[in-house]
Parts: sequence; C-alpha cells; structure tokens
Amino acid sequence: MPEATLLLDGSGLELARRVSQGEISAVEVAKAALARAEEARRRHGSFLFLDPDVTLRQASTVDQRLSAGEKLPLAGVPLAVKDNINVAGLPSTAGSRILEGFTSVEDATCVARLVSAGAVVVGKANCDEFGMGSSNENSAWGPVKNPWDESRVPGGSSGGSAAAVAAFSVPLAIGTDTGGSVRQPAALCGLVGWKPTYGRVSRYGLIAFASSLDQAGALARSVTEAAVAFSVMAGADPRDSTSLPTPAPDVLGSLGDGIAGLRVGLLAEAESAEGGLDPDVKVSLERTAEALRQAGASVRTVSLPRVNLAIDVYYLTATAEASSNLARFDGVRYGRRVEGEDLGDLYRRSRSSGFGPEVKRRILLGTFALSAGYHDAYYGRAQKVRALLKRDFDRAFGEVDAILCPTSPEPAFEFGSKTEDPLAMYLADVFTVSPSLAGIPAISVPSGLSSRGLPIGMQFIGPADSEPVLFRLARAVEEWSGFPAFKAAGAIR
Amino acid sequence: MSLSDYESVIGLEVHCQLKTRTKAFCACPVVFGAEANSSVCPVCLGYPGVLPVINREMVSLALRVALAAGCEIAPESVFARKNYFYPDLPKGYQISQYDRPLATGGGLTVTTPEGEKFIRLTRIHLEEDAGKSMHEFPWEDVSASSSLVDLNRAGTPLIEIVSEPDLRSGDEAYEYLVKLRRLVRWVDASDGNMEEGSLRCDANVSIRRKGETTLGTKVEIKNLNSIAHVRRAIEHEAARQAESLDKGRPVVQETRLWQPDSQTTRPMRSKEEAMDYRYFPDPDLGTLVVSRDWIDEVRRSLPELPEARGASLASRHGLSPQDAALLTLSRPFADAFERAVSFHPANPKGIANWLLSEILARMSDADRQAGKIPVPAENLASLVSRIDDGTISGKIAKELLALMIDTGKTPDDLITEKGLRQVTDEGLLGDTVRKVVEANPQQVAAYRGGKAAAFGWFVGQVMKATGGKANPAVVNQLLRQALDAPQEG
Repeated sequence: MPEATLLLDGSGLELARRVSQGEISAVEVAKAALARAEEARRRHGSFLFLDPDVTLRQASTVDQRLSAGEKLPLAGVPLAVKDNINVAGLPSTAGSRILEGFTSVEDATCVARLVSAGAVVVGKANCDEFGMGSSNENSAWGPVKNPWDESRVPGGSSGGSAAAVAAFSVPLAIGTDTGGSVRQPAALCGLVGWKPTYGRVSRYGLIAFASSLDQAGALARSVTEAAVAFSVMAGADPRDSTSLPTPAPDVLGSLGDGIAGLRVGLLAEAESAEGGLDPDVKVSLERTAEALRQAGASVRTVSLPRVNLAIDVYYLTATAEASSNLARFDGVRYGRRVEGEDLGDLYRRSRSSGFGPEVKRRILLGTFALSAGYHDAYYGRAQKVRALLKRDFDRAFGEVDAILCPTSPEPAFEFGSKTEDPLAMYLADVFTVSPSLAGIPAISVPSGLSSRGLPIGMQFIGPADSEPVLFRLARAVEEWSGFPAFKAAGAIR
Repeated sequence: MSLSDYESVIGLEVHCQLKTRTKAFCACPVVFGAEANSSVCPVCLGYPGVLPVINREMVSLALRVALAAGCEIAPESVFARKNYFYPDLPKGYQISQYDRPLATGGGLTVTTPEGEKFIRLTRIHLEEDAGKSMHEFPWEDVSASSSLVDLNRAGTPLIEIVSEPDLRSGDEAYEYLVKLRRLVRWVDASDGNMEEGSLRCDANVSIRRKGETTLGTKVEIKNLNSIAHVRRAIEHEAARQAESLDKGRPVVQETRLWQPDSQTTRPMRSKEEAMDYRYFPDPDLGTLVVSRDWIDEVRRSLPELPEARGASLASRHGLSPQDAALLTLSRPFADAFERAVSFHPANPKGIANWLLSEILARMSDADRQAGKIPVPAENLASLVSRIDDGTISGKIAKELLALMIDTGKTPDDLITEKGLRQVTDEGLLGDTVRKVVEANPQQVAAYRGGKAAAFGWFVGQVMKATGGKANPAVVNQLLRQALDAPQEG
C-alpha cells in the first residue's frame, strides 16, 4: 500500500508532520484521500461532491508554501466540508434540491482559516437538508450509512462529515452545529466533535439555518486533532457581526494538564430525559463519571430545572429563524427555478419542488411561530424561556466547571426508525440543544461501545470560553476509554 | 356637511436615502444611474452563507438627522427582519428596525397661516432599501411581458422618519416636507431629492368633524413622487373621505395608490390583505450600541441649524427676520451670503436683497434646493460694492449680473470690457442734459407749466442718450438745474 494511503490510517497531525518535513507531498496525500473519499461516497454516501481539480490545486499550493518555508499546522491534512459551508469553486447545496447547481463564489471564513493552516478540502460532505435533521435521512441526495453499522444512521445533520472521518477517508471534517449537528453524529460515529462558544468561530459562509444558534465545529478521531482544529478555526471575523472580538482561548497549551481538581456536574435530568435513556448509555455515563473521579475530578449532581423545556424552545426559535433564513431560496437568482404562470406560481413551484418535507415542516412551524397573533405566545415566549435556561446554566456553573451528560440518549439507530415521527426524531437532540440555546461550548467524546458494538458519546458543557477545560475533560475520557484504538467495521482500509 | 366641517389628520412616513459611500451592510459603492446590477456582491445579492455588517457611516448620518430634529437617541437599538417575498428583495426580508428604533421624539417647526407649529416626530429608524423592478407589459403581446430586477439599490441605507398625526392640511404637509428636506440636506445626511427617489413619502390621512378628538379611520397613500403631489393627494383624499362620510359610507382602512395622471387615488390593498411581516430581531446583527461619545462627536460636527443660523444672520448683519429666514433656504445659500458679506462687509442688506431677488429669480427649483447660486459669492460682493461706490447704476448692475452668469467673468472685467462704468462727470453729462433740454422745448414748457411728471421723462431721455451709464443722482441734479433755473428775460 502506498505510503500516502497508510498515512490516512493515522492521525492527521502525524500526517501534517510528515508532509511538513517533506517526507511526502500534500499532492500525494490528496490523491490518496480523493481515492478513499470516492470509496466512502460509494459505500456510505458520505460525500456529495468531489472535485480533484480544486483539491489538487489546494494541495499543490500547500507544497509550494512549505517549500517557501511556511509553517503550516495542518499541512496537507485532508478535510471534508459539510455541504452547507461554502468552499470557493465547489457546489454548495446544503443537502437541498433547491440549491442544485449552485457553486460557491468564496470560502467560508472557517474554511479559509483551515486552508490557510495547510488543510486541503477533499470534498463536500452529505448532510440533512439545511442542517435540519438528526439522522442524515433528510438529505435530498440520499442517506449516509454509519461506518460502524451500515444499517444505522450516522446521526445528523453533519452525518456525511462524521461518516467520512469514521471511515478513515479523511482525518478531519467540519460541520455546523445548530442544536447538536456536530456533537450527535460525532457520538454516533465514535468521534470527537465540538461546538464552540457562540461567536467564537465565524459564521460567514455557513448557509444559515438558525442564525442565533448556528456554529461551525469540527469532527476528528482524537481530542488533540479536534483541539488543533479549534485553535485554527476560532477567532474574530469582521465579516460576522456576531463573532466575538476577544482573543480565542488557548486549548492546546493546557491540553495535557489533566483534570485534577476540576468540578464536574452530572446532569440530574439526564436519566429522566423525555424519551428515555438507553441502558447502555446510562451505564457508560456512570462509568465515565467514575473515571473522571479516578482522574482527580470531583463529580456531583447538578440540576438544570428548565432543561426539559429546551426542545420546545429550540424548535420554536430555530424554525422561526429558519423560516426567514430560507426565504432567499426563491428561484429568482440562483439554484432551482421552476417557471410558473406568474411570480407567485414561480415561487410556489420552485420552493415546493426544491425543499424536502422536513424543511417545509420547519418553515411552516417557524412562519406560524412568528405570525401576527401567535408571535408573543410562541416565538416571544420561547425567547423568555431561553433567557431562563441561560440562568439555569449560570447558576450551575457557580458550582461546577463543566456539566456531564450523554450526547445522545441512545447510540446510532436504524434507518427509518424515527422518520415517521418527527417528535421522536427531535428528542434525539434532548441533550445537545441546551448549550446551543445558551450559546455555550460543548464537546462530545467517545466513552465506549454499546453491547451491540456501537459508539457511545459523552458530552461536556461549560460556560462561555471554557473550551480549554472541555478539551481537557474530553482528553481524560479518551485516555480512560482508549477509544481511538477502536475502528469502525466499515472503515476503508 | 361640507369639507370645511371636517378636519384632516395627517401623519407622514418619509424614507430618506443616506449619503453614504457604501451600502448599509456590505462594501458595495452606492451608485445612481449606473449599469444595472453593476454594484452588487454576494451580501447584497443574498447569496447563501453571507452576513450583514453595519455601515457605521450610515448610523452617523442618521444620528445627524436625529440630533438636528431634537430626537432622543436610544443607547441600544435593534435591527429586525421584515419578511416578505419580492424579486427585488434578495434575502426575502428587509433589515429594518421595529420595536426598538434608533431615535424617538423630536420634531420640526413649520410655518402655517396661523403661525408657527411644532410637528412631533414619532421615531427615526434605520433600514436598507430594496432593489428596483422594471416591468415590461406590451399590450400588443401580453404573453411577452417580463420583469427585470436591478439590485444596485438593494442594501442602500435609508432612514424612515415617522411623524405624529400632527399635520392638518396638505399645505402643512407640504411645509413639513420642505422643512424636513432642508434639514436632511443641511446636515449633509441626504441629497433629499424626491424626484430621484432619495426622499420618499407615504401619507396617512384620516378626517374627523371639527372639534372631535378621536381619530378617524386612516388611509395610507403611497406613490407620492413629489412634494406637490403629497399636497394634492392629501387634499384629494380628504375630500374623498368627506364625500364618503356625507353619503353615509364609513371610510375603509386601506392602502391607496396616488395616480398623478388623473390626480386621484385608487385602492391598492385592504386591511384584510395587509401583509404580516413577521418581524423579529435580526440574529445576524447584534444590538446597535450608540455610545455617549459617538453622539457627542456627531453633535459637535453638526453645523449651526437653520433656525439658529437665521437668527444669527439677522442679528449679526442687521437683517429682518424674514430676510434672514429666506437666506437659510439651504446651507450653501446662507454660506454664499456670508461669504459675499466677508468680501463687502459694508452692505449686507444690499447683498441680501440681491440674493433674494435677482439671484433667486435666476435659480431653478433644483438649484434653490441645493443652494447653488449662479455666480461666485466674491463676484456678487464685487457687484454690490460697485453699485455702492457709484461705479455702476442699479439698472446696469442687473445687466451686468446676466453677463456675469453667461460668461463667468468678474464684474470689474465686464465693466471695463463692456464700458459699463457709470458716467458721473458733470461736464460730460451737462452737455447731454443741455442737448436734451434744448431739443425738447414743448416738454420743457409743459414741465415748467406744472406737469411735474415730465421730469422723469427728461431723466429717461438722458439715460437713453448715455446708454444707461449716467449716474442717476448727477442727472437729477443737472436736470433740476437746467429746468428749474430762473427764467431768463
């Protein structure tokens, strides 16, 4: 097997080191990654668009920059980019028919930062349409199979990003996380996935779903790779008014500091979560808590009394914003256009045939939540509860440094098992939406395998700018579980 | 009942385009009359993934207007999305402000036949403009009809200035708009050009019986493309509502469109058809924070406002309040006056008279609004000083002004070139007077016989003979000597 292909089996950071040292060119690595991505696309549906021209051009730029003496932390690291994030010259459909044929004209800021650090975009990863879904079954371009069990979903909405990394086609992928869309697929595919403090990573170039919640995050097979991605992606952006102007916290310097003395709160409401908690997940949660104690952290129970309202608040807020954000897809300027009798007919036909059922459902919900006479009762009240939920977190963080709960109430589920019942699907997000609503960071890290051999993920939630603490906690779990040694059955070898 | 039994109650919503270099939320230059869709970018085209960033210059210009109008500035205001579908609205929503506007309160003083009246403002808020749609609808082949969209204007910064329903007639609305237009120009916030669309007005009109205090049902009138149309549309709408009430038909709450050709309004949409814009705070833009320092900085940079400037002109230059007010027609006009006075400080009154009569008469409506006087202020000063020092007569001065405008030359150059210098030489003029008197014995007899009016005729003859250049005072004196001289023999 060629050396480049072997490199894809290891850590992205080792790969970057070898490329930086000139042992292998970024172009060679990119070619190997393209071959694996093509294989992943065929096997799992994880990639939507591969464009060797764009990828090899980027790789060749990396080689030139290295030979010019530049230091690139992600030199030649193959990167999968979720299809709702712009990459100049590549199609961006956000998993939707309505953007069929649309090519991005510029890089999203987070992509530009990764590329500037040496990463090479291998392709656009499949996702739930506009990030709306928890199973990747809502993609207009077909589902994504979980490399751990191809009869099961990879989670969503960043399912393609997760499956691509879990299958070893790329070491790193980015996704967007509005209510758990990076963390939940990371959990279901045995990966580390983080969502930053709101505003820490620029949203410029992310095709908006719910602007007050959307954040870009990364998925990797180890905490260190995920932390390096954070250090590259985080930072102020003048093109995003909601981007934080303060310097991003340093997550790499303290990564090896251990967790002795950290106070961890075990979410009291985790067990009573609406929809129930899978027994294997429950056991894994308890074991994780014990492992943290062993590593020197204190663990106590904390309560977020309003956490069970989070799903309601989330689905009112996110759908309201989505109903407005998705108004621009009207068939007039770009994307899918179906001619009609008149303007109204053109809108109706373009949008009716362009959006899938879940997107339509959410646009309708959101439109209703904002409409005259209902605005105060739905959208308005949701904002009030959102503020209360933030207060719950503030109070909890007076007692603990981070909160521990499962990322998902259950491991990867089977295709079709929740598609008939949107509410059951929404409950898959029960643990992930709260930090999104509060604008605080969270990370999912694998804690072990279920009795069926499916990955289980644990989530740490911290106050704003607590990413260094969250990465340390995730690292402690990783060291205890030894998870990076496990490999999905469907990994491409 | 007749129209005079009713009172109109009018509130105006004025959209005013701010003179920023770039658009409200992206870096595209603001252009007018450029090739369609030439000043656009992914942000103002509403491409997937783009985000708006507020143009600080937009806020500063809005603050200029708000402070000049005496508004209260909100330390924190919020952008909201106004959601509706239209091809010239790329995002499917307009970024505006809704329940937390930039400024509230304040107002403008207008002059009415009953005296000065203060018209209160409800609010001034920031928003972006939409693009322009152009519809082709060929009657000979309706199937070939099409619409084109130009998005150069999309994202252009606007303020909406909403008045309280304090106006009572089309005339008052007219006065209010004239004052508002002067104000936005005075503080360099806007071109204020209604014909080019940089100032746009919708009118809310209701009527009620005189003496009543509750408001009648209001009708919103759109498509008012000039200040004169606003006045006429309001008058027409008030009359229409009165007629309707007199016939026992209540006024229906609706939006009506002014049709300039027929000078009438027609229904556009009813209350039931009113749009539900589903306003909510734009999550892409944080709260707009306007610091005390920012407000102070803008306040310090404001010019002296029209009323204060008028009062100061009157007191410093000994002008009547009326003349001083007229000189504040626009800031450049008042500036031109003061600049001219700086060159010829001896006679501000004379300069004011020239500006307000001869000069103003030669200015187009657009020039008046812009305060663009047709000659440099120093040339005007020189003209008046040449009258004052007797070099030219007032009559010659009017001709000279026309030459100055045509040629752009200074009065002194033109006086020399055209030989316009006034003749004051008594010897020279004495000859002419003698000749005129000798050549017209009948008129002399008539004058001496008691027909005093004939004196003027002699003056005219002398002026004619000298090509208008004779100094009238000298001519008068010499004629009196010649005609009133004791009779010989």
